[in-house]
Amino acid sequence: MRTDLYQGHDYYLLDELLTEEHKLIRDTARAWVKKEVSPIIEQAAEDGKFPKHLIPGLGEIGGFGPYIPEEYGGAGLDQISYGLIMQELERCDSGLRSTSSVQSSLVMYPIWKYGTEEQRKKFLPKLATGEFIGCFGLTEPDHGSNPGGMITNFKDMGDHYLLNGAKMWISNAPFADLAVVWAKDESGRIHGIIVERGMEGFSTPTMTGKWSLRASDTGELIFDNVKVPKENLLTGRSGLGAPLSCLDSARYGIAWGAIGSALDCYDVALRYAKERKQFDRPIAGFQLQQKKLAEMITEITKAQLLTHRLGQLRNEGRATSAQISMAKRNNVDMAINIAREARQILGGMGIINEYPIMRHMMNLESVITYEGTHDIHLLITGMDITGENAFK
Amino acid sequence: MKILVCISKAPDTTSRIAFTDGDTKFDENGVQFIVNPYDEWYALVRGLELKETLGGSVTTVTVGGADNDPVIRKALAIGADNAVRIDADPADSFDVASQIVSYAKDQGFDLVLTGKETINYNSGVTGALIAEMLDMPYVALATKLDVDGGTATITREVPGGTEVVEVATPVVLSAAKGMAEQRIPNMRGIMAARTKPLEVVAGVPSTGQTSIVSYALPPAKGDVKLVDAENVAELVRLLHEEAKVI
Ligand SMILES: Cc1cc2nc3c(=O)[nH]c(=O)nc-3n(C[C@H](O)[C@H](O)[C@H](O)COP(=O)(O)OP(=O)(O)OC[C@H]3O[C@@H](n4cnc5c(N)ncnc54)[C@H](O)[C@@H]3O)c2cc1C
Repeated sequence: MRTDLYQGHDYYLLDELLTEEHKLIRDTARAWVKKEVSPIIEQAAEDGKFPKHLIPGLGEIGGFGPYIPEEYGGAGLDQISYGLIMQELERCDSGLRSTSSVQSSLVMYPIWKYGTEEQRKKFLPKLATGEFIGCFGLTEPDHGSNPGGMITNFKDMGDHYLLNGAKMWISNAPFADLAVVWAKDESGRIHGIIVERGMEGFSTPTMTGKWSLRASDTGELIFDNVKVPKENLLTGRSGLGAPLSCLDSARYGIAWGAIGSALDCYDVALRYAKERKQFDRPIAGFQLQQKKLAEMITEITKAQLLTHRLGQLRNEGRATSAQISMAKRNNVDMAINIAREARQILGGMGIINEYPIMRHMMNLESVITYEGTHDIHLLITGMDITGENAFK
Repeated sequence: MKILVCISKAPDTTSRIAFTDGDTKFDENGVQFIVNPYDEWYALVRGLELKETLGGSVTTVTVGGADNDPVIRKALAIGADNAVRIDADPADSFDVASQIVSYAKDQGFDLVLTGKETINYNSGVTGALIAEMLDMPYVALATKLDVDGGTATITREVPGGTEVVEVATPVVLSAAKGMAEQRIPNMRGIMAARTKPLEVVAGVPSTGQTSIVSYALPPAKGDVKLVDAENVAELVRLLHEEAKVI
């Protein structure tokens, strides 16, 4: 891969809305990514493996639960800081950001919000440094967009719970030390339960053959009469709202992350267009290419504004799930379109792994599907504005 | 060991360079500032490494207004213990050195580190001026630094090779590429930097000895001339008559 020349783009001077600390956090993540990840990311994607040696570094730059309070090993940062870190990680690779979002929003967040004090003390500090890696099991082979229909379940056996079922498409599963699993109790109510590696009957086969998010490991979670200690139940909240609130946090991070991918594609395409000459002039001088580039920065700027405001609302605890859905949907769609246009600006060079665009484009196919598909988020907005449920 | 590292801000290398006030001032509008890389990557990091092995403290000093605080916080996030900002608008390197010395003279520093130059003004003399004013020895362009007791062993770049010198501390030296490796701050460092002391002290009256008459941008790069590989005579002619290098 070429030297990573990435430079941020801030057309509407949104940096002026950030604090000096926000910028330091963002620039730190950017510097770390350039030094540690950019040189190896193409190879990791080609090998189809998450580069595990990055885990301690990801912890150091705040990649794991930066908003978790300091007493549990987090950094106690605000939501905009979290967003900026996700943006910088996904600027490099959506798989890298996925590993970090899952750990932060889908594992640390539920343990922090719904776990017992013992669970927080036991797991959060080690998750914050990356000593433990977690995964989040909601999706099942037959229940994707409709997780409420899940069949994974547990029975109260007196001194423990007995867990049965299977989860699919689980990021980080193959090497996770623990899984936050969503399963139904005997009355059919959904609860979160922490399953630890090594528990008998628990296995995590790797899913292979992905053309997308190749630098992130995805697997299944299989529970075959797993005895889970009772103290591993998340007691703070039950019902589908519990996992959905975790998804709110992760989707919020994805809204920022998608801007990162888009910025990288735009940055590469802009530089290429200025340097590449055809018909004796830089292709950036042709109106058709300018249209692409001008529309890209317009869409990026709109997404940046939307997302910054969403960050403020989240900081104030006022962002609604529907507002988060709108940002996730808009930004991922924006990024995938920019990736496609940017790829064309590079002509043949656009399909080569010397440039990151094709990798971003393929990654974003997962991002537009997971954490609620593009369609599902539209239905959420639709239901929010009309009061009519069009899901079923 | 008490270490002082002189930190200044410099425009990010991708900044668009422009001038104002009849080409006598650098236009800071829209410019992103970073810690001058020689100060950060080499002087500060080596200072921190020495502190980590030998004990002591690392203080940073910066001459300038509050617009320097972000780069100072970054130095604190990377690991400096405390920072001093001398609130003055320095006129030139002599003035910068005088301001730093007004603070440093009775602080008992064993080691004063500067970067070899700033990447914007490239004067490269501040360290030497500080040494002279503090009446300390000065070693320029150091690429390696070890301290044992009261002796500093310093490797420096000289044309065609290296030179190793020994000098008794206290000493002032300027750090060049190779002295240490870039250190990216971590989240703990960033959080700790919030509460580390950043003391603002008043400057002394300006001792500037030069004033800027004008700045100008380098001439735009001309077109590249391609000479056929077979046509060496033409290449020689161009090098001689046009480029005037042979
Ligand atoms: C790489 C990757 C990583 C993932 N990581 C995780 C993870 O860590 N944890 C986890 O729990 N899950 C994870 N997922 C699963 C992901 O969340 C699901 O794939 C997603 O929710 C969609 O479910 P599905 O694939 O079963 O598609 P389906 O639900 O079968 O959807 C198929 C199509 O039907 C459409 N559709 C479905 N219902 C409706 C409706 N009511 N109206 C209109 N259209 C509808 C969808 O929009 C989609 O286009 C991951 C997925 C991928 C690809």
